[in-house]
Amino acid sequence: MPQHNLMHRGSLVARAYTSPMKTTAVLVRLRLVLPWMLPLVVLFASGAVHADQLSVPDTLQQRIAACTTCHGLHGEGSPGSGFFPRLAGKPAGYLTLQLQNFQRGLRKYAPMQYTVRQLSPAYMREIAEYFAAQQVPYERTSVPELAPSVLQRGEQLVTTGDPALKVPPCQACHGKALTGTEPVVPGLVGLPYDYISSQLGSWRTGTRASAAPDCMAEIANRLAPADITAVSAWLASHDVPSNTHAQPAGSITPPLSCGVLDGRGNGA
Amino acid sequence: MKNFRVLWIPAVLIVMALALWWWLSHETRTTSASTQDPALAALLKDPAEIAKGHYLATAGDCVSCHTVQGGQPYAGGRILPTPFGNIPAPNITPDPDTGLGDWSFEDFWRALHIGVGRHGELLYPAFSYTAFTKVTREDALAIFAYLQSLPSVHQPSKPLGLSFPYNVRTGLTAWRALYFKPGVYAHDPAQSASWNRGAYLVQGLGHCNECHATRGTWGGTDSKAQLSGGQIPALDWYAPDLSTAANGGLQGWSKQDIVDLLKNGQSSKGSAFGPMAEVVASSTQYLHDDDLQAIAEYLQSLPPRPKPLPDSSGFNSASLVASGQEIYAQRCANCHGKDGRGVPDVYPPLDGNSSVMEPSGINATRAVLLGGFPAVTQGNLRPYSMPPFAQQLSDAEVAAVITYIRQAWSNHAGAVQERDVIKYRHTPID
Repeated sequence: MPQHNLMHRGSLVARAYTSPMKTTAVLVRLRLVLPWMLPLVVLFASGAVHADQLSVPDTLQQRIAACTTCHGLHGEGSPGSGFFPRLAGKPAGYLTLQLQNFQRGLRKYAPMQYTVRQLSPAYMREIAEYFAAQQVPYERTSVPELAPSVLQRGEQLVTTGDPALKVPPCQACHGKALTGTEPVVPGLVGLPYDYISSQLGSWRTGTRASAAPDCMAEIANRLAPADITAVSAWLASHDVPSNTHAQPAGSITPPLSCGVLDGRGNGA
Repeated sequence: MKNFRVLWIPAVLIVMALALWWWLSHETRTTSASTQDPALAALLKDPAEIAKGHYLATAGDCVSCHTVQGGQPYAGGRILPTPFGNIPAPNITPDPDTGLGDWSFEDFWRALHIGVGRHGELLYPAFSYTAFTKVTREDALAIFAYLQSLPSVHQPSKPLGLSFPYNVRTGLTAWRALYFKPGVYAHDPAQSASWNRGAYLVQGLGHCNECHATRGTWGGTDSKAQLSGGQIPALDWYAPDLSTAANGGLQGWSKQDIVDLLKNGQSSKGSAFGPMAEVVASSTQYLHDDDLQAIAEYLQSLPPRPKPLPDSSGFNSASLVASGQEIYAQRCANCHGKDGRGVPDVYPPLDGNSSVMEPSGINATRAVLLGGFPAVTQGNLRPYSMPPFAQQLSDAEVAAVITYIRQAWSNHAGAVQERDVIKYRHTPID
């Protein structure tokens, strides 16, 4: 099991901070700057800028520059790695919950904790709804070359789970098509390998948590490290269905007790 | 002869400390015998008294320290980091085992007024009794009534994160002799009622000086340098000087600017961010307009400050300024304007901004690195935000753009160097 699969976001960021001159970091920076220049171009083209008075659009998009700088104007995230995760199209309830979890310190990532600290519940909800409503096509991202048996193991975990490890199938909560379930369960398809494996790692190290009982922490800790590679690789290489909308609320019976799902489930 | 005189200073201090210790223990013995009378008990249940206490507790921002992130209000648990170690705020809900359930008003008054705990122990001044001592007994009673009306939360206090010698409470005797003068606020008859109210709120419940003054080696503040600004220990933010007079940190701020900042989190002169955003969001935005006016009136009476000394470091910032100007044009001018004047009610001006100009340069450095939202208030429910530049600019670039901003337009503050930015890039958020 390569160690980097378990690397959580904090250490990824630290790496980018400390080596800003590396080519990858420069590319990340470029990607961040380009979406920023777009509104400028539009503004200049429409002649809305006067020499003496800056014109500021009264839009949510303009207000949340602190979010869009990293996550993209439409929540597309940083392409490829998911270094800054995609937010577009994720269920609004899920996104709201993540903002709350950063605010409560359940999720630990200093720049996010600082950014959301001041937000009111209503403002967080509005921001979450903005990103949930964005429709951005999914991109296929690269997956490490792995033996077919590893991908088979990944598929097994996603579709049938592993009763010996008491790990339920991902589909049980994240939906048959793995596009998530309203209101708080996110989709798993169309996400980069690095993002999925680092999230599962964060659940194991406690830098990502949710309301108790924290079923995902439970599952991540029941998985063997090699299983995290397997399940992340299979999910990242799985085709995105044409309909990426989350399943309707109430369409799942969680196999574990989950705080975020009002504690329902059989408590396994 | 000279040496002999120097020896007298510690001797006098020890005698003073012993006298204070005797006085305090005496005080404890006499007051703990008193029982609560029925009139007092009725007052503590009076809804008007509780409402008054709620307002005063908000003015004191008690909830900020006495609530852990994501926890029950007033149930304690938040850790206050200090250079001497971590001090957890206790549970002040009326839970009998872990909160103030068994406390009498006299117990509460002693804690607030003379910084002594229920069992006679000296309290750490992380609990700002150096300021709260100015609160009147009448107001303290209302606050106590409010705290006793809160829902009881069972949450045991976290252990003190102090090591020897700071975990020995009797050591505080000397600290108190140096830095603590108990006494309710004394009305100044030469000033207006509003000025006195402002002074009472700022010096007492508001405990503004706890951040807005420089702390010495032992964590005390110089009584001659009230509200003249200082770096917040262990938090790495700079709380600016609050004088609006010549060379003051808020030079040129009108009464309305002060009221706007405290009420809405932003004014025509700047926005509240970092720890002040929290103060505005949980405390000052709820203050009545006349109290905000009073605070502004008092702050406007603070004296002018000495002219800052010219930069003697010999550091030549010309090349930093040149590259910083380019970065400013690309990254900052779009919102803050080429002229640094910002956009009213949207983006703060940088020209003349107290957080740009403060002596340490920490605020500007961290604002550029972290970006973020100013306070969310009733007057500004959906504030505009600033992108974090930590991921986009190198340390040298941050130093350049901040040095440019600190010396552009009418600004005239010292340079910020790459090594300063390195120091604050990784500072923890709390």
